[in-house]
Amino acid sequence: MNAVEVEGLEKRFGDTEALRGVDLTVEKATVLGLLGPNGAGKTTTVRILTTLLKADAGRATVDGIDVASDPRRVRARIGLTGQYAAVDERLTGFESLEHVGRLFHLSTREARARATELLERFDLTDAGGRVVKGYSGGMRRRLDIAMSLVSRPTVLFLDEPTTGLDPRSRLGMWDLIEELVAEGTTTLLTTQYLDEAERLADDIVVIDHGTVIAKGTADELKGQIGGDRLEVTVGRPDELARTAELLRDRCAVTGAEHVDVEARTVTIAASETHKIVPDVVRLLDDAGIEVLDVVVRRPTLDDVFLQLTGHAADGDADEGGDR
Amino acid sequence: MTTTARAAADELAPPPQREVPRGLVWVWRDSWTEALRHLRAVPRNPDLLIFATIQPIMFVLLFNYVFGGAIDVPGYDSYTQYLMPGVFAQTVLFGSAFTGIGVAEDMTKGIIDRLRSLPMYQPSVLVGRTLSDICRNIFTFVVMFIVGYIVGFRIGGSISAAIGATLLLLGFSYAFSWVQALIGLSVKSVEAANSAGFIWMFPLTFVSSAFVSTASMPQWLQTFADWNPFTKLTNAARALYTGSDPGADLWIAIAWAIGITVVFSFLAARKYSRTSR
Ligand SMILES: Nc1ncnc2c1ncn2[C@@H]1O[C@H](COP(=O)(O)OP(=O)(O)O)[C@@H](O)[C@H]1O
Ligand SMILES: [Mg+2]
Repeated sequence: MNAVEVEGLEKRFGDTEALRGVDLTVEKATVLGLLGPNGAGKTTTVRILTTLLKADAGRATVDGIDVASDPRRVRARIGLTGQYAAVDERLTGFESLEHVGRLFHLSTREARARATELLERFDLTDAGGRVVKGYSGGMRRRLDIAMSLVSRPTVLFLDEPTTGLDPRSRLGMWDLIEELVAEGTTTLLTTQYLDEAERLADDIVVIDHGTVIAKGTADELKGQIGGDRLEVTVGRPDELARTAELLRDRCAVTGAEHVDVEARTVTIAASETHKIVPDVVRLLDDAGIEVLDVVVRRPTLDDVFLQLTGHAADGDADEGGDR
Repeated sequence: MTTTARAAADELAPPPQREVPRGLVWVWRDSWTEALRHLRAVPRNPDLLIFATIQPIMFVLLFNYVFGGAIDVPGYDSYTQYLMPGVFAQTVLFGSAFTGIGVAEDMTKGIIDRLRSLPMYQPSVLVGRTLSDICRNIFTFVVMFIVGYIVGFRIGGSISAAIGATLLLLGFSYAFSWVQALIGLSVKSVEAANSAGFIWMFPLTFVSSAFVSTASMPQWLQTFADWNPFTKLTNAARALYTGSDPGADLWIAIAWAIGITVVFSFLAARKYSRTSR
């Protein structure tokens, strides 16, 4: 039995079809990354799985229990950290954790012991006696996650755990999630960032406009979209077509190139980029094309989307990019 | 997964108390846990309590000393004796507005979402809130009673009748907490809960026998004032505090308190369970 099983989930808000038949599974003791741009339906999926929302159609079980017919038993098994930190600012960190423990029906003594343990674990011991109002964004997030772990959940749901964090807190959060995962906590996390999913998730489900558009491990997905990105910026727009042609010949990877006229860049999927870069520079130079910049970067969510759907992740498809 | 990770995973198991306890004891316990969440916060935001008491103190001073000389209340020698039960009633009724503001705050800050994902008895979120507000209102009531004593208010009847009057006032306050809870669940922001919670309480409390005799009002207003449940409440409480017979007003006031509690706790609980599902 999988920790989470979802079949044909549909949800509509008025005219918006938020989910149009989502299927996914999370195996026990693994991390599933639900990857998608803003508005893809990530939060809606998480809210249905955590019993906050009822689906219009489809079936979902958590730890074998149907979320629609037996929500209270599901709640006893899950931990949820929503997209926005849900902490009572008037309580101290310790009280917040104790409060959640009590609502999971631990005894006062157990709830306090667990609170102390979690404060330590999340590096909040010193702040534990202070009210949450004075906490930084990163501290709130950590407390929020600690609150979702009070009951040692069978499945942990993290909805965009790093959105809105500064880069340093973000790295800290990654370390923390990795530790949790190493302890064997089954996790479903949502993210807008490919690198985040790649680093934290065993399996990735890519979702767009309420439908699953790709599934697989990070490597499988990258195989599909063709590895790193080589981005060349040239001096004049009329050189773009020729540049694209040359790059296509040299790189010959699965993906087609993407031309951005305004930025005067050509982007192409490439493997073994360390060898390609000097070649490309020489080739373009020989062709008399003025090269302003050559950048090698990891594929982003945008690249995944361009590849899989032909439109950019933010929805406004094909801004000035003809092929 | 590595072997050490597996070992760690085993260490985490077995998880404690997976099944959900049911029954009245747990309903009460979850509600009290929620009430404690709010009560703990009270001393940390003393301004809330201070504002909740300053306003009625102002009313006492205004009505007792500024208007008092000009207001004639048949059957009462001292306007203070007439006024204070009305001020008590208004104070605890206004105190109920905190319920709506608090519920709206929990909603907008996503705290309700977290609570909804916990295996607690869900209506406890509202029961706990109303319980904590009654505790807060007891405190403001005590302050107002002391203020009343200072300006010359005295209990005229038996102590048990005075206690009965106090319980009646608090019962009314509790009933209106549920009205406010429903408002708090229905509005989109804390500010809206604030105005929607207070605005109708001014006509309700002023077009009544709380500050003046309804006989002094124009006929159409007097009709409303005489039917106003708040008039029944103040009349009953005033009679009990001053040692006269409350008559039918007492039973009518009790019926209002129970009726409002039953109807609005049902509506609020239903609204809560439907919100965002
Ligand atoms: N309560 C709601 N009412 C109306 N529309 C909603 C509601 N919640 C989500 N939506 C819409 O459903 C779609 C999916 O939203 P969401 O699941 O929040 O996406 P994500 O979390 O991936 O950004 C969006 O178009 C969003 O506007
Ligand atoms: Mg979201």
